[in-house]
Amino acid sequence: MLSGIYSLLMAGAFVVLDAVDVAFTEAAVGAGISTVLMLGTLHLTRSREKIPTHGAFLPLAVVLLTGGILLYATTGMPAFGDPDAPVHTHVAPRYIEETPEKIDVPNIVTAVLASYRGYDTMGEVTVIFTAGVGVMLMLGGRKRRRDSDKEDGV
Amino acid sequence: MTAFLEHYNYWIAIFLMMAGFYTVVARGNLVKKIVGLNIFQASVFLLYISMGKVEGGTAPILSGKPEVFSNPLPHVLILTAIVVGVATTALGLSFIVRINESYGTTEEDEIQHMDDEP
Repeated sequence: MLSGIYSLLMAGAFVVLDAVDVAFTEAAVGAGISTVLMLGTLHLTRSREKIPTHGAFLPLAVVLLTGGILLYATTGMPAFGDPDAPVHTHVAPRYIEETPEKIDVPNIVTAVLASYRGYDTMGEVTVIFTAGVGVMLMLGGRKRRRDSDKEDGV
Repeated sequence: MTAFLEHYNYWIAIFLMMAGFYTVVARGNLVKKIVGLNIFQASVFLLYISMGKVEGGTAPILSGKPEVFSNPLPHVLILTAIVVGVATTALGLSFIVRINESYGTTEEDEIQHMDDEP
């Protein structure tokens, strides 16, 4: 449940950061579908967690060390909102300039997603298809096997 | 101090990332591990989107008049990543359901213990 609220807050943060398309997707997919999947799993398994038997010291040390290294690395990054950052000066201006002439779709994100990177989106659909087949193989076979067990029992 | 103020978006992303990482490593419950992975994943999304933000920019939708836009390319990447992330979450959760049927538990320690027994 908290996970769904987290996704929704994240979607709000994306709106503030000018990424409205991403916010829509996060709200629909992250807050909606993920929460349903999570609740479904908790329903099918057990919703109580056992008390962990081993200490939390080693994981905490690993996490703090990794976090420290990452924080040190941020000192080399461009500042937040800096228009001269390498991200904004390499190929992005070309996409923004050419989209109205070549694609003629007002939303640049849509233009890049569906036209410039159409193959990428097709690959994404393949990934979803594979995941769907995987879930069906994991959970679909189970029902049939249970049915056949029942038939054997009778 | 200015270094902190200019890079606070990275600091938030790293804090969330480490929270997710800790959940994955320290928790024995498989469902909690998936929740941790989701937190980790969302922090990466936040990292990319915040890098695409331009000071004073608007959403990258053309309205006819010249404007400053935020970088649309990270948005495209993250749109793809969100959808793929849900696909992997669904697969992971289905694995957990299957493991729960075979072992009767979703605790990592207990599964390990059962596997060790002859």
